[in-house]
Amino acid sequence: MSEPILRVAGLFGRIGGQQVVEDVSFDVPATGVTALLGRNGVGKTSTIKSILGLIDRSGGMHLGGTRIDRMPTHRIVQLGVGYVPEDREVFGSLTVAENLRLAERDAAPRREFIQRLFPDIHDRRAQRAGTLSGGQQQMVSLARALVNENRLLLVDEPTKGLAPRIVDEVAEALAEAARTVPILLVEQNLHVIRRLAERVVVLSGGRVVFTGEASDLLDDEDRIQRFLGVHDATDPHDTAAGSTR
Amino acid sequence: MSTVVLLLVTGLGLGALYFLVASGLSLIYGLMGVLNFAHGSFLTIAAFLGWEVGRRVSDGTWWGLALSAMVGLAVGAIVAAATEYLLIRRLYERHIEQALVTVGLSLATVALFEGIWGTDPIYTQKPEWLAQTTEILGAKIPNDRFLLIACALVVLGGIVLFLRRTRYGLIIRAGVENRSMVMALGIDVRRSFTIVFAIGGAAAGLGGVLASVYYGYVSAHLGSVLLIFAFIVTVIGGLGSLTGAAIASVLVAVLQQFANFYLGGTGDLVVVVALAAVLLVRPRGLMGKVA
Ligand SMILES: Nc1ncnc2c1ncn2[C@@H]1O[C@H](COP(=O)(O)OP(=O)(O)OP(=O)(O)O)[C@@H](O)[C@H]1O
Ligand SMILES: [Mg+2]
Repeated sequence: MSEPILRVAGLFGRIGGQQVVEDVSFDVPATGVTALLGRNGVGKTSTIKSILGLIDRSGGMHLGGTRIDRMPTHRIVQLGVGYVPEDREVFGSLTVAENLRLAERDAAPRREFIQRLFPDIHDRRAQRAGTLSGGQQQMVSLARALVNENRLLLVDEPTKGLAPRIVDEVAEALAEAARTVPILLVEQNLHVIRRLAERVVVLSGGRVVFTGEASDLLDDEDRIQRFLGVHDATDPHDTAAGSTR
Repeated sequence: MSTVVLLLVTGLGLGALYFLVASGLSLIYGLMGVLNFAHGSFLTIAAFLGWEVGRRVSDGTWWGLALSAMVGLAVGAIVAAATEYLLIRRLYERHIEQALVTVGLSLATVALFEGIWGTDPIYTQKPEWLAQTTEILGAKIPNDRFLLIACALVVLGGIVLFLRRTRYGLIIRAGVENRSMVMALGIDVRRSFTIVFAIGGAAAGLGGVLASVYYGYVSAHLGSVLLIFAFIVTVIGGLGSLTGAAIASVLVAVLQQFANFYLGGTGDLVVVVALAAVLLVRPRGLMGKVA
């Protein structure tokens, strides 16, 4: 197997002096979707933010051989990282077009690709992003990451709080993106995980407790129950953490 | 009627001065979370240097005043950008230390200005027309009010155009809303900090020159007084909102004028009461961003 695109070794993260990521180590392979899983509050979002330097962190991190654990956020992103944050974080006072323009890093941003992937967003270019529906905001957030050619995407709960039809649309867009770029995906929806993820990394109490092929986890009812705290849902749109939300 | 008109136009003129100071304060706080207590010093140094250059070249003429204004704009921008670059930037994200540094800078510079130019106000010359009045609806309006209002409108328009039409403007608007997401899009947001300081400093610098026209003197304390009201304006308007600062500048100054005239010189008190009222009813100010 080829070199991993992201190596995380002994990562610690802190928010306001409180340890939220503890000695986390894992690799993200250079292709396909790696799911970062775990119960609510175990530190999935904090792990992603630590990788990007959005919170105080220490530990060894390499992006395709380049050391990034001392780099400021914008430089890491400029190396080719796309970020879709939990809760979307679109700029509500800016228009859709302005949100996208701000995100364009490449000399030749992939505007046609975005237009084809999210036609609804394209039709609303002049609308303020704050007035979009949750699903539409998620499309803008995804489009901001996908408009550039990236070496890695960090995607944090892209289907959270969305209607089933929109969940499918988001999963479709991610599947399309995953053909050309590796993705580290935080996701609670087992159906989406099954559809997209090839490998899984499971966190518990701020630490990694399982890594392996997605099927090793997903075909094992006992592990699902133990690591994610749920029974596998027969309804494909049930979220893995539905009971705790 | 004529009194009302006079108070209104004078309030607008004073509001224009407040706005020139408050616009920078508001943008700086909105983007960086820095309460810049040194902003008054940018104004004062610009007023002094503008006056020094203007009077040497052509005292009391339009040409001299225009030169003063250009020097004021440039000095304000340069001093503010240097302050950001040399002091504020080193204390990135340490808001208390940043505020303390600006307080220290403001105290030190006022002492420095007193050392150079003395503690007494120095009376200035202005073009003759500005000292005259124009009659509107029976009120004799001092002409300098019109100059202040016109300059503030030009600055407001210029900043709005900059924010709407340029890439840095886009970054600044986004950064005021959610700075860490701007960084997470691969943008070095710190570069825009210097730009915002320079713009705010330039506006304050022009405000300094115009304040010396309005009050008829320059003094080491010119900035301190205006800064207090500019802060009040900024909070009432909503920290980070340029439109809020513009509206609040006019409201505060007009209110102050009317209270001074009709309520026995209680203008400052009424402004503070208005501040308290706004904070109680709308803690984020009139147009403040939603967290
Ligand atoms: N701003 C903050 N201040 C203090 N503690 C925080 C903050 N943000 C997160 N935490 C804590 O850090 C821990 C990890 O949070 P994090 O958001 O990374 O979890 P998560 O796995 O993403 O959860 P979820 O599944 O709910 O998104 C939690 O215990 C949380 O309470
Ligand atoms: Mg999370």
